[in-house]
Amino acid sequence: MAKNLFQKVWDAHAVRELSNGQTQLLIGTHLIHEVTSPQAFGMLRDLGIKVKYPGRTFATVDHIVPTDQREQPFSDPLADAMIKELAKNAEEFGVTYFDLGSGKQGVVHVVGPEQGITQPGTTIACGDSHTATHGAFGAIAFGIGTTQVRDVLATQTMALGKLKVRRINVDGGLKPGVYAKDVALHIIAMLGANGGIGFAYEYGGSLFDSFSMEERMTVCNMAIEGGARCGYVNPDDKTFEYLKGRPYSPEGDNWDEAVLRWKSFASDPDCKYDDIINISADEIAPTVTWGVSPDQGFSIEGVIPDPSVEKDENDRLSIQEAISYMKLEPGKPIKGTKIDVAFLGSCTNGRLSDFREVAKYLKGHKVSDGVKAIAVPGSQVVDLMAKKEGLDKIFSEAGFEWRAAGCSMCLAMNPDKLVGDQLCASSSNRNFKGRQGSPTGRTVLMSPVMVAAAAVNGYISDAREVFSL
Amino acid sequence: MTLAKYFHFNNFSNMALEKIKEVKGKAVYVQGNDIDTDRIIPARFMKCVTFDGLGEFLFYDVRKDAEGNDKEHPLNEPRFSGASILISNANFGCGSSREHAPQALYRYGFRAILAESYAEIFFGNCCGLGVPCAVASHENIKKISSLVDTNPDTEVHLDVANSEIIAGELTFSVDIPPGVREALTQGRWDPISELQEAGQAVDSLVNELGYTI
Repeated sequence: MAKNLFQKVWDAHAVRELSNGQTQLLIGTHLIHEVTSPQAFGMLRDLGIKVKYPGRTFATVDHIVPTDQREQPFSDPLADAMIKELAKNAEEFGVTYFDLGSGKQGVVHVVGPEQGITQPGTTIACGDSHTATHGAFGAIAFGIGTTQVRDVLATQTMALGKLKVRRINVDGGLKPGVYAKDVALHIIAMLGANGGIGFAYEYGGSLFDSFSMEERMTVCNMAIEGGARCGYVNPDDKTFEYLKGRPYSPEGDNWDEAVLRWKSFASDPDCKYDDIINISADEIAPTVTWGVSPDQGFSIEGVIPDPSVEKDENDRLSIQEAISYMKLEPGKPIKGTKIDVAFLGSCTNGRLSDFREVAKYLKGHKVSDGVKAIAVPGSQVVDLMAKKEGLDKIFSEAGFEWRAAGCSMCLAMNPDKLVGDQLCASSSNRNFKGRQGSPTGRTVLMSPVMVAAAAVNGYISDAREVFSL
Repeated sequence: MTLAKYFHFNNFSNMALEKIKEVKGKAVYVQGNDIDTDRIIPARFMKCVTFDGLGEFLFYDVRKDAEGNDKEHPLNEPRFSGASILISNANFGCGSSREHAPQALYRYGFRAILAESYAEIFFGNCCGLGVPCAVASHENIKKISSLVDTNPDTEVHLDVANSEIIAGELTFSVDIPPGVREALTQGRWDPISELQEAGQAVDSLVNELGYTI
């Protein structure tokens, strides 16, 4: 019977059915970081359980690591203690740890692909909801909680109910100034923040065929913002080309065998889906959010919605609450809204290709007076490559602070935070209330090039106009 | 036993788990769709290596102002104090996978949640902690939230075994997936011991799959 990739990977990794009807699913690769793993290791220690497959477990520090201070002890003693705790756990349990001295540290979802750890046809779990990113390689990748991190450490498996699969076809080409991030935001605005509950998203169509691996990662990364627990793209020659020669990729005869196996996981041409959505790429505009949920987004030409015309009470309240928090007025265009901070980085848009694309246009421009602009590479490898190409200088000369690798102001667990009700043009993935570190801080999500345009003008702008795209 | 640091209740293989057949208590309505886990527990409170003490920071930034004074929020209203059932709307617990969110709810005193729908990672995290997440229709959420608002002392009874809410004169059925319901009512909601049983099958499958890492 013809199967889609999700069904193939699921069937290949199903150990058995559990008494509650869920599946005991083998997790091929387990990624861990400093924030959601300490309690899991604590439970293992107290129970006297070892990590079942330390060789299949990889750790790095990203969430709380400072991007302006790299030598311990860090100024935040709690952050310092958490990083020491991860180092201790990795050593005691024999887990590979990409620490700050390794040259490989970074946001866990940037590091996995970059090191060739993320491979097609496997299952990946990590105590972080943006684990969906790894689906770009044709893996089924789940964000999990800490008790499940314990389960995976202890057994290399977890209990999970099977998902339905929704195919999202995007056909055609993107207009100038429209990026993978806009595709992600467009899909979320269209299907809703809860539209994907119960589904895995399979992204396909000619746009995804033409996308680079980095672009595929950007869209899969935000599957979770659309409520889908995972998102993926079928593996193809681009996937294999990206992986070839990476530190953990197979070599020699093993490589050829692996490619054959990986190809076999791709969805069969006549397979069935539980739902199919078709989108035309040319409908997608540079997209920005206006509210406090990632589905509260629209074209850069959009005007702030009026809650009073909403019939449903909860929808009306959601809009009212969002615009009141965001301090935006109904009927006014989003374009022209003053910004205080510009943030470039995160597991959504912190890869080399993102900085390259922005650098192309930023050269010769200056960040507007009064705007704090930071560029945070997704990993030490991205940082190094960007510096080799001189990208860091382009950013610095324009007025961006070029920082060291980490999650930084995406969730602001490190010292990179908004202050008061500052408004941030951000290439990250969440515009929740308080997300960027200040309980009244405001976030407007957009593509990296749009962040650069906002930084240059000092207000939310159409990058196509600012950079003549 | 240091495990108490991590959980205030049984959550490991060598001890019997509580059979959660029902949850009874006062309820409180926290209105809104898409209430995310950043709102439930802001990220800065996750700088910890245990889940201890997270209860006091539950919904912190919507409950407290910059000086730490109470803002208008149902959890700050004395009439709802001691509530053990949280009522909300659609897509509750969306966003970050942080288990700190259900841990904070549990440690604050909530033993069950009633909402229109849940984000899946949050739902799974709650199941593993023995906190039932029941799904009710939009209309029934309206009815029960209005009842609780009018009479906050109403005892709300979530009958897990029969997937039913009974609150004063109001009775309606709720949805709890059958597997989850059985796991809760039979005291099998923490899967670790069952997962561990299949150790050899896991080893065989790893060999069979021919991973290159």
